[in-house]
Amino acid sequence: MRHIIAVLLENEAGALSRVAGLFSARGYNIESLTVAPTDDPTLSRMTLVTTGNDDVVEQIKKQLNKLIDTVKLLDLSEGPHIEREMMLIKVRAERQDREELKRLTEIFRAKIIDVTDTSYVIELTGASKKLDAFIGAVPEGLIVEVVRSGPTGISRGDKGLTI
Amino acid sequence: MALSEAQLDGAEPERPERSGVELSGAEIVVQALADEGVEFVFGYPGGAVLHIYDALFRQESVKHILVRHEQGASHAADGYARATGKCGVCLVTSGPGATNAVTGIATAYMDSIPMVVLTGQVPTPVIGSDAFQEVDTVGITRPCVKHNFLVKDVRDLAVTIRKAFYIAMSGRPGPVVVDIPKDVTDPNIKIPYDYPRDVKMRSYNPVLKGHPGQIRKAVDLIIQAKRPVFYTGGGVVLGEASAQLTDFVRMTGFPVTSTLMGLGAYPMTDPQFIGMLGMHGTYEANMAMHETDVLIAIGARFDDRVTGKIEHFCPHAKIIHVDVDPSSISKNVKVHVPIVGQVANVLSDMIKLYRELAPRRDEHPVADWWSKIAEWRAVDCMRYDRNSTAIKPQFAVETLYKVTGGDLYLTSDVGQHQMFAAQFYPFDKPRRWINSGGLGTMGFGLPAAMGVQLAFPDAQVACISGEASILMCIQELATCLQYGLPVKIILLNNGYMGMVRQWQEFFYESRYSNSYVDALPDFVKLAESFGHVGMRVDQPADLEAAMTEAFAMKNRLVFMDVIVDPTENVYPMIAAGKGHHEMQLAPSLSDRELA
Ligand SMILES: Cc1cc2nc3c(=O)[nH]c(=O)nc-3n(C[C@H](O)[C@H](O)[C@H](O)COP(=O)(O)OP(=O)(O)OC[C@H]3O[C@@H](n4cnc5c(N)ncnc54)[C@H](O)[C@@H]3O)c2cc1C
Ligand SMILES: Cc1ncc(C[n+]2csc(CCOP(=O)(O)OP(=O)(O)O)c2C)c(N)n1
Ligand SMILES: [Mg+2]
Repeated sequence: MRHIIAVLLENEAGALSRVAGLFSARGYNIESLTVAPTDDPTLSRMTLVTTGNDDVVEQIKKQLNKLIDTVKLLDLSEGPHIEREMMLIKVRAERQDREELKRLTEIFRAKIIDVTDTSYVIELTGASKKLDAFIGAVPEGLIVEVVRSGPTGISRGDKGLTI
Repeated sequence: MALSEAQLDGAEPERPERSGVELSGAEIVVQALADEGVEFVFGYPGGAVLHIYDALFRQESVKHILVRHEQGASHAADGYARATGKCGVCLVTSGPGATNAVTGIATAYMDSIPMVVLTGQVPTPVIGSDAFQEVDTVGITRPCVKHNFLVKDVRDLAVTIRKAFYIAMSGRPGPVVVDIPKDVTDPNIKIPYDYPRDVKMRSYNPVLKGHPGQIRKAVDLIIQAKRPVFYTGGGVVLGEASAQLTDFVRMTGFPVTSTLMGLGAYPMTDPQFIGMLGMHGTYEANMAMHETDVLIAIGARFDDRVTGKIEHFCPHAKIIHVDVDPSSISKNVKVHVPIVGQVANVLSDMIKLYRELAPRRDEHPVADWWSKIAEWRAVDCMRYDRNSTAIKPQFAVETLYKVTGGDLYLTSDVGQHQMFAAQFYPFDKPRRWINSGGLGTMGFGLPAAMGVQLAFPDAQVACISGEASILMCIQELATCLQYGLPVKIILLNNGYMGMVRQWQEFFYESRYSNSYVDALPDFVKLAESFGHVGMRVDQPADLEAAMTEAFAMKNRLVFMDVIVDPTENVYPMIAAGKGHHEMQLAPSLSDRELA
């Protein structure tokens, strides 16, 4: 099953490589990993998406918790939560394609954030599936470049993953 | 005892306060070690640590032991830690100094041994520029340490060293590397020194006490058990819980088996001890594992050498598992009653509850089970040919036991000799059997014995080894001479990498590819050239007298080259992919009708 796990880490040099090293050394799947400092500059928050059966995911969480730099961990997929991913996509936009791409952008509530005579850069945020759908909807051959942030997530309700 | 009551309760020991003095980074390193109560630092100098070596020169509280190879430093610190329960410490230079130490660090990591390794690093301004003797020590050691640090500012030095000791010694112990760039130890930059008494880390809080509800569930299972087995491991030794384990096992009357790493935590000469389990464990221990209904695993990690094929592992059992590291629990084998906590605390709580809840009864609670075990024992699975004209390795170990009266610290290298020692030398105390189990590092034995002998200068210390293993750290014979360490080396010389040869005989139709140890040195002369005593024995009848003579030389290192039967194999054996009930017994035994 797919799990999305949020981790609060000490904002120390090397903390990220400990996580990355753990996944490669133990052969765990890692679909995506995002990390950035939080409002508390001593803490980073990492969101990682992994897949595996229950036993494997349990071990992944235990191993992550065991890292000395890990302050707290939450498996978001265990409760109601919101996931968002951001995508920047550069498309070839010429003649009649310009209109078609603009329409698509509106339908998906995306934004065109850079325009040239021959191209658009479109920004789109949403669940990863929505991003997949957008990519699928862009007419054949127009995609120049796709950048995705990997999902981030937060739990619903008033409780927060803080220290 | 290394773990005080206070530590088991989570409190930090009292430390002398020493504030206000101005010290350089190099002096801080040395003073911090003194404040930690460190007796010995095992090390080897080099450019990046010269400031620290200068500070060492100007003091007397910390003694530096100069090894002959950095692998020796990390194994010696490890051996010291295993024998004493204190933290081992080593100090090596950057680049090749650090990489040479890595094998010893990984060895300690796999067996959860507390160690602080100080490595020199190139000065901070040139880190990352492929400077002379630069390696990414933090990167190289990351997968084989409990944690590591790169100290970039002298003001962080004292607190980082304190954290390193705290992390190494608490929870599930392990090695911690502190990488110190040369400029951080600059003798001309002095700052006020204040060694922190305790550290708080919001991200690291090892569990101490077990959950009462889980303990209750475990005790209920234990009381109802019909065919119970205690399966104990290195965690009992590391957690100083021998006394509690012994009490509990005696109180219940249950059989107890141990992993290679737990040997001695429960007295091995006691009738309730049914031998080591696993790949080269006893028939009775492995059969008991196969038939048990309640398995009580304490400080053991269900290693593949122990479980055999997982699908066949303890097919009838409810499993209780006590371990301080949650990630050890249900990692390889799913358990029914997990208990996270320090083994000494959990066992004490279990004992209390068991006393309250266990019904008084006249008959032995598991008498039928013991009769079954007695049948398995009668197979006498470790029988060997006592009339052999060649010295059998088993006989050599039995003679060692006889000559030392069981009162010995025995370190080992890796191979058949290690298994024979584990099978034929019954240890009655923890921390007496010192070997590399998890990594299986040849070359561990001799340097580890140096650490042990330094810790206990008056004790009998021996290293059992093979002619292949001993050559891997042979240079440490010079260290032994320099510091007057009268270690007794018992070399079971079979002319082969015996353990490799055995696998080739069983699984590669006796194609002995590169497992013959050719061009061996004359070990007697070799020992003598290092300034020690060498002896060679090749007749069974001479062995006891020779060993007695060797151990009588209290102040000399004696290197005993014992020529043993080159064809002997270690039995019983569970081949890879087999279950506990599929043991292979010695050929003379396997035809026999088994119970
Ligand atoms: C040639 C060779 C052959 C071998 N054959 C065998 C064999 O036949 N049988 C065998 O048993 N082994 C054998 N081994 C050793 C094997 O590889 C493992 O090292 C060993 O089985 C692990 O022992 P353990 O489970 O006690 O774990 P250890 O590595 O000692 O781990 C200790 C466990 O206790 C926990 N712990 C630590 N401190 C505490 C505490 N204070 N409180 C609670 N828990 C704690 C840790 O988290 C860990 O899970 C062999 C090794 C070699 C090299
Ligand atoms: C550093 C290292 N290299 C290789 C091995 C693989 N290995 C395990 S046992 C063994 C042979 C050991 O031979 P010896 O020391 O003579 O002991 P014996 O088995 O003959 O008693 C080897 C090569 C190892 N454990 N460690
Ligand atoms: Mg050999």
